[in-house]
Amino acid sequence: MIEFIKGTLLIAGSLFMLLAAIGLLRLPDLLTRMHATTKAAALGVILIMLAAAMHFAEVGIVARSFAIIVFILMTAPVAAHVIGRAAYFVGSRLWSGTVKDELRPNYDPLTHELKSGLETHENAKRHPRETDPS
Amino acid sequence: MTGAIWNLMLGLAWVLLSGDFSGLNMLVGVVFGYIALVLIEPQVDSLKGYPARVPRIIGFICFFIKELMQANLRVAFDVLTPPWHMQPGVIAFPLSARTEMEITMVASLISLTPGTLSLDVSDDRKVLYIHAMFLDDEDELRRSLKNMEHRALELFR
Repeated sequence: MIEFIKGTLLIAGSLFMLLAAIGLLRLPDLLTRMHATTKAAALGVILIMLAAAMHFAEVGIVARSFAIIVFILMTAPVAAHVIGRAAYFVGSRLWSGTVKDELRPNYDPLTHELKSGLETHENAKRHPRETDPS
Repeated sequence: MTGAIWNLMLGLAWVLLSGDFSGLNMLVGVVFGYIALVLIEPQVDSLKGYPARVPRIIGFICFFIKELMQANLRVAFDVLTPPWHMQPGVIAFPLSARTEMEITMVASLISLTPGTLSLDVSDDRKVLYIHAMFLDDEDELRRSLKNMEHRALELFR
């Protein structure tokens, strides 16, 4: 029974990684590629680590594979966000089938201000933050 | 937070007293510690809310795994079949998260589910710009994002 679960987890994990690779080749623009690579690959790693933890079933290895899962879950979205954001603002072209873009009209490329579109007159002014250089 | 620390301490005490240093025994200790904390919660002020939070966290993890699987399969289907069913686009998603910590948390969760990628937060921190892969049913997408945000925020408040 446990063999069966381990095998299923391993196969599913490697399938998701394969999917990430195929997605990277097939998808049309950078932002959609980010969808395929980061998440499917992260899920693949998580499933394989679960299988490894079940296979060895020792405290040290289980602890380490859970640490790997936690760090993947913490770092993958940050990396995806930073790459996607940089690509968008550098001007990487979106796919021709993109249906809408609500960010572009709110972004000012000169001042790098990003409005929310919800401002009233009072809070449309820029509030200084504590992290701003004075 | 104090609740979690107490729970771990009780788990450690269980491991030390029973003399069996294994992960499984530690888990048993944590479960017994949790039961003890549930029993004394009405008398100790600093434990308020901790016992109710644990099932919520576990429920959220299950919910999130389900979402993750569903969304991954949807992206996988579109990658594997030749015609593109996807309709990608950037949408503005109004946030109800306020502090930096909450916004980071919500943005990371949205980035983790396939099909949505958080791009940027507006300068006044009211709106999160999200690149979504399947915009064919935008209202449904917004509703499920709102639901996920609501559940995530409940864990902290």
